[in-house]
Amino acid sequence: MVVVAALLALLFGLLRLAPALNAPFLPKTAPSEVSTDPVNLPYYAIRSLLRMFIALILSVLFTFVYATAAARLRRAEKVLIPVLDILQSVPVLGFLSVTVTAFIALFPGSELGLECAAIFAIFTAMAWNMTFAFYHSLVTQPRDLDEAARILRLTRWERFWRLDVPSGMIPLVWNGMMSFGGAWFFLAASESISVLNHTYALPGLGSYAEAAITQGNLAKVGFAIIAEVILVLGVNFLLWRPVTAWAERFRVEESESSEKPRSLVLDVLRRSDVPELLGRPLKPVGRVLDRATRPFGVAEHPLTVSRTRERTGDVFFAGVIAVLVIYGAWEALGYVRATTGLGEFGYAFALGAATFARVIFLTAVATVVWVPIGVWIGMDPRVTRFAQPIVQVLAGFPANFVFPFITVIFLAWHIPLDFGAVLLMALGAQWYILFNVIAGASAIPSDLREAMTNLRVKGWLRWKKFILPSVFAPYVTGGITAAGGAWNASIVAEVVAYGNHRLTAVGLGAYITHATATGAFPKVLVGIVVMSIYVVVTNRLLWRRLYALAERRYSL
Amino acid sequence: MTVMAKTGQEIIAAESVTKTFSTPDGRALPVLDGVSFTLSEGEIVALLGKSGSGKSTLLRCVAGLIAPTSGTVTYRGTPLTGANPGVSMVFQTFALLPWLTVQQNVELGLEARGVPEAERSDRALNAIDTIGLDGFESAYPKELSGGMRQRVGFARAIVTEPDALLMDEPFSALDVLTAENLRNELVKLWEGHGAPVKSILIVTHNIEEAVLLADRVLVLSSNPGRIRAELPVELSRPRDRHDPRFEALVDTIYGILTGREQAATDALKADEAAQAVPGQPVRPMPTPINTPLPSVSPGGLSGLLEILAARGGRDGLAEIADDLSFEIDDLLPLTDAAVMLLLARIDGSDIEITADGKEFAAADILTSKQLFATHAATRAPLVRTITQALAATADHTLRIGFFIDILRRGFSLSEAQSQLDTAIDWGRYGELYDYDSDDQELTLEPGAEKYL
Repeated sequence: MVVVAALLALLFGLLRLAPALNAPFLPKTAPSEVSTDPVNLPYYAIRSLLRMFIALILSVLFTFVYATAAARLRRAEKVLIPVLDILQSVPVLGFLSVTVTAFIALFPGSELGLECAAIFAIFTAMAWNMTFAFYHSLVTQPRDLDEAARILRLTRWERFWRLDVPSGMIPLVWNGMMSFGGAWFFLAASESISVLNHTYALPGLGSYAEAAITQGNLAKVGFAIIAEVILVLGVNFLLWRPVTAWAERFRVEESESSEKPRSLVLDVLRRSDVPELLGRPLKPVGRVLDRATRPFGVAEHPLTVSRTRERTGDVFFAGVIAVLVIYGAWEALGYVRATTGLGEFGYAFALGAATFARVIFLTAVATVVWVPIGVWIGMDPRVTRFAQPIVQVLAGFPANFVFPFITVIFLAWHIPLDFGAVLLMALGAQWYILFNVIAGASAIPSDLREAMTNLRVKGWLRWKKFILPSVFAPYVTGGITAAGGAWNASIVAEVVAYGNHRLTAVGLGAYITHATATGAFPKVLVGIVVMSIYVVVTNRLLWRRLYALAERRYSL
Repeated sequence: MTVMAKTGQEIIAAESVTKTFSTPDGRALPVLDGVSFTLSEGEIVALLGKSGSGKSTLLRCVAGLIAPTSGTVTYRGTPLTGANPGVSMVFQTFALLPWLTVQQNVELGLEARGVPEAERSDRALNAIDTIGLDGFESAYPKELSGGMRQRVGFARAIVTEPDALLMDEPFSALDVLTAENLRNELVKLWEGHGAPVKSILIVTHNIEEAVLLADRVLVLSSNPGRIRAELPVELSRPRDRHDPRFEALVDTIYGILTGREQAATDALKADEAAQAVPGQPVRPMPTPINTPLPSVSPGGLSGLLEILAARGGRDGLAEIADDLSFEIDDLLPLTDAAVMLLLARIDGSDIEITADGKEFAAADILTSKQLFATHAATRAPLVRTITQALAATADHTLRIGFFIDILRRGFSLSEAQSQLDTAIDWGRYGELYDYDSDDQELTLEPGAEKYL
C-alpha cells in the first residue's frame, strides 16, 4: 500500500513537472522523419553511439552520488532505496511522452529538448541497475577494509577513490555492460516518438529503422540491422571486454576466478605507451583535487550521538516524507478523478491482465525452450566458448529492429497481434534466461559432475537431482530480468506498424502507447501506475520468494 | 585492577569500559564489563582471552572504531571522539587494498596525512626495508604469501610512526612456521628499537604468543569479558619456550582460563563443589543460558578423548596444544565440552580422562553414539532442554523459533543461532532428535526419551 501511494505520488510529481498539455512551444522545425539514404548510416550510428555514451557517463555520475548518499546517510537511505526500487519497476518507455514534453519546455523551440529526452530515456534504462549494484557493494564492504581506512585517517575524497570505487568496480562494470546492452532497445524506441499527435525524429539508427519500417522497405531495415550489429560488436570488443578484463584487478577475494576475462585490446594497450601518456597529465590533476578536497575532512563519523536529538530528527524526517507521499498520492488521485475518472484504473487493470497472461506464457515457454539449451551450451566448454559471445550480442541487440520482419509474417498469415505480441515481447526478453542459465551451467564444479557420472546418475534423474537445482539460482535471476523486460517491451510490441498496416493487441502496453500518442496524460499516469503495480506485486509474491529459496537451498 | 609500575608515560587509558549489545526485546547483552587498563610508552601488553571474551571489541574501543556503552578511552589524556589519532592497526586478515601495490599500500596512511610525495616515498621505502620487504615494492598483495602480506600490514602500520601499534591476532591467519618467524622478527625489531612505535597492544588467543611477546599479559574472562588476571612477564627477550619459568607461566594461564569451567562442572556435583571452590557460593543449576554449549563437533570431541586415552589418560593442556599445533580457541572448546559431559576433568593445567571418557573413547561407533546420547541428554543443558521439550509435546515436534526465543534471553541472535546449531549437531549425532531445515522443525527420534 505504501509502495503504491509512493509510486502514485512520485509519478504525479514528474508529470507536474511537464508543462501544460497543449504547449505552444513545440518545435515546429524538428523533422518527423529522417532520410533513409544508406549513405547517412555511419553518421546516424555515431549520433546514436554518442547518446549512449553520454547516458552512460550520466549513469555513472548518478550512481556515485545516489549510491553513496544512500549508503552513508542513514536517513536518506530510508527514502532513496525504496524510490530506486520503484523506479526500477516503472516501465521507462511509458514515461517517454512526459519527459519529452518536460525537456522541450526546458529548451523551447529547439531540438536540444528532444535530444535530452532521448538521452534521459537511455539513462533511465541504465542507471537503476548500476546504482543498486554500487550501493550493494558499499554496504557489504569488508569490515576490515573499512576499519583500515578509518585508522589510516583517509579523507572523504581519498576514501571514495581508494576504497569505495575500487571495491565496487567489478559489480559496477558488469552491471554497466548489461545495462548498456539493454539500453540499445530504448535508444531505438526513443529516437523516434509520437507525442501529442506529432512525430519527432532525431538523426540516429533508431529513427532510420523507424523510417524504413514506415516506408515498408525491408532492405533498408536490413541495413539498419547490420549497422546495429557492427556497433554492438564493436563496443563489446573495444570497450566492454577490455574494461571487464581490467576490472579483475579490483577483485577482493583471495582466490582467483577460474575463467578470467581476457581482452586482446587491453593486452595491446598495456604493452603500449598509451597508459603512461594519459597518466602523465592526469597525475597533477589528481594531486590538486586531493589537496582541494582536504577541507571536507576525514571519512569518519562521530562515535557517539545524542539519542534524543537523533530521535527528534528521525520523527521529523519521517513526518515530512509521510506528508509529501500522502499529499502527492491524494493530488494524483484527484487529478485522475477530475479528468478520466477513477474507473479508468479498473479498465487498466483488466487490460493489464491480458498483458500479464502474455508475460506468464512467454516466461513459461522461454523456460522450457532455453533452459535445456542453456545447460547444453554451458556444460560443454567448447560450445560455451563459441556460443557465449553470440548470445551476448543477441541479448544486447534491440529486438524492435526485427519487429517489421515478424510483422510481415503476421500480416501474410493473418495472425492477430493478440497472440503475435507474445513472440515480439519474447524476442527481447528471452535471452536473459538463456544467458544466465549458460553462466550457471558453466559454473557447476567439475568434481560434482564427475561424481554424478561416477554414480551413474543419468537421464531424468540427473536433471532432477543435479542439473536443475544447480542452475536454479541463475535461472531465477534471468527470470526476473526477462519478465521485467517483457513488460517494458509490451509498450512497443502491442502496437506495431509496417508500411500502411497497423496491428494492435488488447493489452496495457497498447493502452499506454495510445495514451502517449494522443497526449492523454491522465491515462499515461494510470497505465504506468497499474503496470508498475503488476511488476512490483509479481516480484514480491513470486520472484523474491524464489530468489530467497535459491539462496537458501540451491546455491553452489 | 592494580596497575603495574609504569615504564614510561601513559599513552592510552581505558577506564571501566563496558560494551553491551541490545537484544530486540531491549535487554542488554554485556560483552565487556568494566575493563580498565593502561598502555604506556616502552611496553608490550597482550590481551589474552577465549572467543567470547570481547578482546577484539576492546581493541576496537581503544582504536576509536566503536564507542563503549559506558566508560571512556583516552589517548594522552584526551577522550576519543573518533578513530584514535595516535595508533596504527595490524589486522588478522591483513586488510590490504588488493588494487594497490605494496608501496602504494604502505604510502596510503602518509598520503592521508598530506605528506609530500618525495618524503612519502622515502619513508615508505624505509619501512619496507625495515620489515624485510625490499624487492617487493611493486608487487600486488595477491602475488604475496600470507606471511609477506602481513609484513606489508606491519610496514603500513609503522610508517606513520604511531604512539601505539594495535595488533588484532596478527599471526593467527598464518601457518605455524611463518607465524613463529614473524613473531621473532617483531621481537628483534622491538628490542633493537628498529620499529618507530612507542608501545604495542596485541590481542591474541595464543597463550605462548602472549608470554613470548608481552611485558604484561591481561587475561580476560568470557561472557562477559572482564580482566581476570594481570601477569607481568619478567623474562628477558628473546625468550626461550623451554625455560621452566616460561612453562610455569603458560601453565598458570591455562589454569586461569579453565578455572571457571571447572567450577561449573563441580557445581553439578554439589558435594564436590564445596571442596573444589571453598568459600564460593554454589552455582545455580546449569541452564542453556548460564552454561552455553562449546562450539565443537562430536567427532572432534572423541578425537580428543582418544588422544588423551592414548597418552595414558592424563596430560598437560599446554603439551597437547603444542603437539597438535592447537591454539586455545581450538583446544579449550573441546576440553570444555569433555568436562561438561563429564568425560574428562581439569586438574590445574592438566586434563584427565574419566571412566566415562575411557569407555566412550574405546567404544565402537554405535555404542559410542548411545553413550554420547546419554551424556548429552543429561549433562548438556541445551540438548537436555530440547529433548525434554520435544518429549513433552504431543507430536514430538517444535519449530526452532521456540528455542531461539529461549536462547535470546541470554545471547545475541547470531550466538543463539550458533548455540542451536551445535545442539542440533549433537542431537543428530546422538540420534536424540532430527532437524528439518525446510520446515525449520525439530522432531524427537523414536525412543530418545529413554536417555532423559
